Amino acid sequence: MGIARTKRGVLPLAAVSALTLALSACGGSGSNEGEGGGEAAADCSAYASYGTFDGAEVSVYSTITDLEAERLEDSWVDFEGCTGIDVVYEGSNEFETQIGVRAQAGNPPDIAIIPQPGLLAQHARAGYLKPAPAEVEALVDENWSEDWKSYGTVDGTFYAAPMLASVKGYIWYVPSTFEEKGWEVPQTWDEMMTLTQTIADEGTMKPWCAGFEAGEATGWPGTDWIEDAVLRQAGPEVYDQWINHEIPFNDPQIAEAFDAVGAIVKNEDYVNGGFGDVRSILSTTVEEGGQPVLDGSCAMHHQATFQAANWPEGTNVAEDGDVWAFITPGEEAGAGAITGGGEFVAAYADRDEVKAFQQYMASADFANNRVEQGAAISANKGLDPALAQNPLDRQSIELLQDENTVFRFDASDLMPGAVGANSFWSGIVEWINGASTEQVLDSIESSWPKE
Amino acid sequence: MEDFGEKFVQVGVALAIFAGVVGLIMLLVDRAPKSFRDKATVVGFLLPAAVLLAIGLVGPAVQTTFLAFTDRNGDPNGLDNFVWMFTQPEALVTLRNTLLWVVLVPLLSTVIGLAYAVFIDRARGEKALKALVFMPMAISMVGAGVIWRFVYAYRGGEQEQIGLLNQLLVWFGGEPKQFLLDAPENTFFLIAVMIWIQTGFAMVILSAAIKGIPMEIVEAARLDGASAWQQFRSITVPSIRGALIVVVTTITIGTLKVFDIVRTMTAGNFETSVVANEMYTQAFRANEPGRGAALALVLFLMVLPVVIYNARQLKKQREIR
Repeated sequence: MGIARTKRGVLPLAAVSALTLALSACGGSGSNEGEGGGEAAADCSAYASYGTFDGAEVSVYSTITDLEAERLEDSWVDFEGCTGIDVVYEGSNEFETQIGVRAQAGNPPDIAIIPQPGLLAQHARAGYLKPAPAEVEALVDENWSEDWKSYGTVDGTFYAAPMLASVKGYIWYVPSTFEEKGWEVPQTWDEMMTLTQTIADEGTMKPWCAGFEAGEATGWPGTDWIEDAVLRQAGPEVYDQWINHEIPFNDPQIAEAFDAVGAIVKNEDYVNGGFGDVRSILSTTVEEGGQPVLDGSCAMHHQATFQAANWPEGTNVAEDGDVWAFITPGEEAGAGAITGGGEFVAAYADRDEVKAFQQYMASADFANNRVEQGAAISANKGLDPALAQNPLDRQSIELLQDENTVFRFDASDLMPGAVGANSFWSGIVEWINGASTEQVLDSIESSWPKE
Repeated sequence: MEDFGEKFVQVGVALAIFAGVVGLIMLLVDRAPKSFRDKATVVGFLLPAAVLLAIGLVGPAVQTTFLAFTDRNGDPNGLDNFVWMFTQPEALVTLRNTLLWVVLVPLLSTVIGLAYAVFIDRARGEKALKALVFMPMAISMVGAGVIWRFVYAYRGGEQEQIGLLNQLLVWFGGEPKQFLLDAPENTFFLIAVMIWIQTGFAMVILSAAIKGIPMEIVEAARLDGASAWQQFRSITVPSIRGALIVVVTTITIGTLKVFDIVRTMTAGNFETSVVANEMYTQAFRANEPGRGAALALVLFLMVLPVVIYNARQLKKQREIR
């Protein structure tokens, strides 16, 4: 009995202790090493000012994944080679929620590339972010406009330098059709409305087509339309007041912008080429929305630079190509006001190697290296537009760099989530579905979070 | 490949931990003095489950309850979230829709499933007929949502239709209809999808129950000259009462939690939102975790009576046996 008993007792015990061993053995494995260092590049003189940090590591976390991430990593290979800093990059589709979790848990990356100024401000106010070093601020003062710097500034402290950008408010059209029919690219909003009426009168195609369907985000292309109208008609001051809720959402000036856009997208004679009536905008996906432009059942489509990726493969995007775009015109010809988006490089650590990386990211060298790889633009003034890989990128860069251009960040990205990512979208849906401007604006206004 | 190996090691370690913990518990229980070995056995085997439940279920539930009384910044705000829920027109629409779902889906799925089960009982090709109705059950809710979105798809009158229903409408000389956009009937078009899925479930369970009715009773009724309807009313339904209750309550609970169908088909737009969908939207998109938690709490309170009734019913049946 005694022996049997011991045997029975020992077996499970042995299992437990073996397991403890196994556990401790597998503790610290994993984590993909970054490409690391690489061979030293041919010319390191441009990187001499950053100093050298042998074996230092900087972790970077962002929303950028896949091909875009590869291009981003390629753009700092030389920096890694010359400074000896190993940049460990991680991209995630869950960035927006995960960055909050990691910061709260005391496990943030050294650098986060944040696309929403609102999120940036949240983290700065929570005390997670380190203010940008003086060298970075100097670079931003030199390379970026005041507008751009202000999006990286929270309560008077400058935290994050801008990185890349996108330009919204392009209107896509087929140049050969315009030429054939004798239509001119409109220079003012009124000309655009006249052209719209002309196309509708001719009757061969509807002037506009649109698709707002995007699952839970249905309606967002409509918010871009409204933002373009507010910025162009009411001006940048009103635009800023609108974002900061210094004027109510149902202010008459905002209502005017809604009505100006509504004159197009809620007019059965003007939409929805290739799909049906006004309400078919809501059942047409964002990706499909512009396609009728190519087959001639609609003349114009309003969408940001990234519409270029929605055209079928092999579509030539150029002034003399299959499809081209002009920027939504303002009240007066040549008035340059554009909306867009961008990312910001924020730091959670202030080690010297992190500061060096921040400096590099704010420099014109980075912008040039990245844009050269294609499918990217930046508002960095040191960027050479000739490096852009397609005509549209070049045009966008020139617009962003133009001293006279007023740039404003996508308003819905700056508003509180309850509005910018919820009631503004669903308001647009109700509005297209038949609700009046007044009704929709009152409803959005009532959803604005009270402090 | 390296990644795969790593995952494999993790699975192995997890299994080893499980085996180790079970082994340890067995050892301790076995070593316990005879006087309270029975108690030690019960405690030893229930404790791990209880601990895991406390961590994974009770803890978050309590946390959610507290969250329901806080605002966006995590400060307590009393009953504000509930006031919002029962006064905002959009939130009221959500509650109304949930009510519609909960009444219609269990009722219609069960009635249709029962009728179908009775009609095909002992019919030729019963198996094939059953499989046809049961098949939607095998499709995920998201899959069903996507399929039915194509069925309801809309194109203008002058365009080629791509949706089945609208094509039929056009063939019969009608105008195409925006099935998913026209409130309030769009909610019914969504409910139809859930019924399409759940009818198969009801049919299979009820059919099995019908087969379990003793032949003697049925034959006795027949000899007494009962009509088909009388047989159904007085023999079939009372005999399968237990199965009916299980079916209705199970579908009710599933319906209260419905999320996938609404989210894939309309994302809660066009006045079709339901509580579970609104909960997600408020908590994760609108950045209002308090409101989301309040909705979750209300959803919990709505499901609770059904669960209690279900459990009671099961207990009663066991007592009868």
